[in-house]
Amino acid sequence: MSKARFSPTRSAFVHLALIAYTLVALFPVFLTIVNSFKNRNAIFREPMSLPTPSNFSLIGYETVLSQGNFLGYFQNSFIVTVASIALVLLFGAMAAFALSEYRFRGNTLMGLYLALGIMIPIRLGTVAILQGMVASGLVNTLTGLILVYTAQGLPLAVFILSEFMRTVSDDLKNAGRIDGLSEYAIFFRLVLPLVRPAMATVAVFTMIPIWNDLWFPLILAPGESTKTVTLGAQMFIGQFVINWNAVLSALSLAILPVLVLYVIFSRQLIRGITSGAVK
Amino acid sequence: MTDAEMTEIETGPAKRPVRWHIAVFLAPAVVVYTAIMILPLIETLRLSFFNLVEGQVRFVGLANFKVLFGDPRWAAEFWNALKNNIIFFVIHMLVQNPIGIALAAMLSVPNLRFAAFYRSAIFVPTLLSFVIVGFIWKLILSPIWGITPWMLDLVGLKWAFAPWLGKPNTALIAVSLISVWQYVGIPMMLIYAALLNIPDEVLEAAECDGITGWSQFWKIKLPLILPAIGIISILTFVGNFNAFDLIYTVQGALAGPDKSTDILGTLLYRTFFGFQLQLGDRSMGATIATVMFLIILAGVSLYLFVIQRRMRRYQF
Repeated sequence: MSKARFSPTRSAFVHLALIAYTLVALFPVFLTIVNSFKNRNAIFREPMSLPTPSNFSLIGYETVLSQGNFLGYFQNSFIVTVASIALVLLFGAMAAFALSEYRFRGNTLMGLYLALGIMIPIRLGTVAILQGMVASGLVNTLTGLILVYTAQGLPLAVFILSEFMRTVSDDLKNAGRIDGLSEYAIFFRLVLPLVRPAMATVAVFTMIPIWNDLWFPLILAPGESTKTVTLGAQMFIGQFVINWNAVLSALSLAILPVLVLYVIFSRQLIRGITSGAVK
Repeated sequence: MTDAEMTEIETGPAKRPVRWHIAVFLAPAVVVYTAIMILPLIETLRLSFFNLVEGQVRFVGLANFKVLFGDPRWAAEFWNALKNNIIFFVIHMLVQNPIGIALAAMLSVPNLRFAAFYRSAIFVPTLLSFVIVGFIWKLILSPIWGITPWMLDLVGLKWAFAPWLGKPNTALIAVSLISVWQYVGIPMMLIYAALLNIPDEVLEAAECDGITGWSQFWKIKLPLILPAIGIISILTFVGNFNAFDLIYTVQGALAGPDKSTDILGTLLYRTFFGFQLQLGDRSMGATIATVMFLIILAGVSLYLFVIQRRMRRYQF
């Protein structure tokens, strides 16, 4: 395409608008992180300035690390997120393989059944989910949360992965069959490695809502030993509303892992969205 | 349903051997999904027809719904939450989606420098948890810290500042705009993807006919991305009528001030789980969840069977 038709003034205007919105998007995050490194006076007197040697302070972080059990919360969030993603990927890929590879009666129906959950939020079943968890003794356990998140993530995973598995060449699979591989070996050794990029996309999409969820930890696992970092930060901040240093530090600590993961996975995520994985 | 599926698979066509592996591949996903998602959903819908009568759980027909819609103890809260939820959705449709489309249109300008940076930066808020977003904005809008009045002062608008989150007539708008700030990345990304999928030949043909710039966007690109706009609208709808977390972190479970930010999600939480002096009520909680389910189902069906069918899809 010809590029000449974009006049310099027009592209300057586009840049200006995008820079303005980028500032709107990043400003609150910047403000929080910058002020978490200042002492109380500086937070109120010069909220906009960067920390200087004279007003630099880590008192907020000290409070957070001594008062809150943040390491434990991080560990819980980590276990729940990783275990749920692993189960979603394994079960989702297996079901997607069955749906995309074999013709059997009820195939389409099964696909539709599994796709229901993409549009209907699992939250609406909370009343009965809690009942079930109480009955099976899974309240206040990480297992309960992992099961719920696995069920929540499966519909989209099956949908995306079966789209991708249709593109795996039939010749390859048939060659494997002629060589005497079982259907399981074909799935695990031939197909899974080929859909790895799609699995990464699914992992990122599954991870964000699980890591950030407040509803299910609040209802199913509010106990101290099973609090996730989202719920822990919520409760901690609720108790320390007046201690601005502590609140800002807790927020910064909660932002950090998300930003690190985003830097690592942003390509995958954006490629996933723009390649039309979510439709 | 699943049992029926399984037996179908197992019996299969008469001549071929039973293909057990299909059942093995499907079983884990179907079992977890059915047990944790579908059955509880059905059970919740069923519970909405039952309530305690003289200490015993009994079938009460539509009585719970009658209470929710008409009984003075419940109806005022319910209709208030529904009204607020509709306003919440309308603000998202009017602010979030147009901003998302505008950002995507600017990002897709060919050979724009730093496009990847802008795209990543604007998507950051979407990844943050509600807890972070809620508290950051509470601090920024707080009159105690004074960031917002100070910034308004820079542009000579200091008089316009008010503790928006604390006033019943502005709180809902303020919370909705915070949510818009957080989620604008999703429509931006989906529309951006749709814009990238428009083939160059179409745009070149338009240029040959002298259609460029703004009129090219309105006449050529916008009609081509209508399906994507349909998708972001239904995603916004489902997300908004299921929202809870942001209101809870910013305004608490009581959705203050004076329930002015109460939406169906927070009402469901208070009703079902109880809050402070209010005891949890399972049947009424299930009733509210059922109403939410019906609203979402109506929206999704409208989209799938009416809007999506009427929309023209262009094959390139």
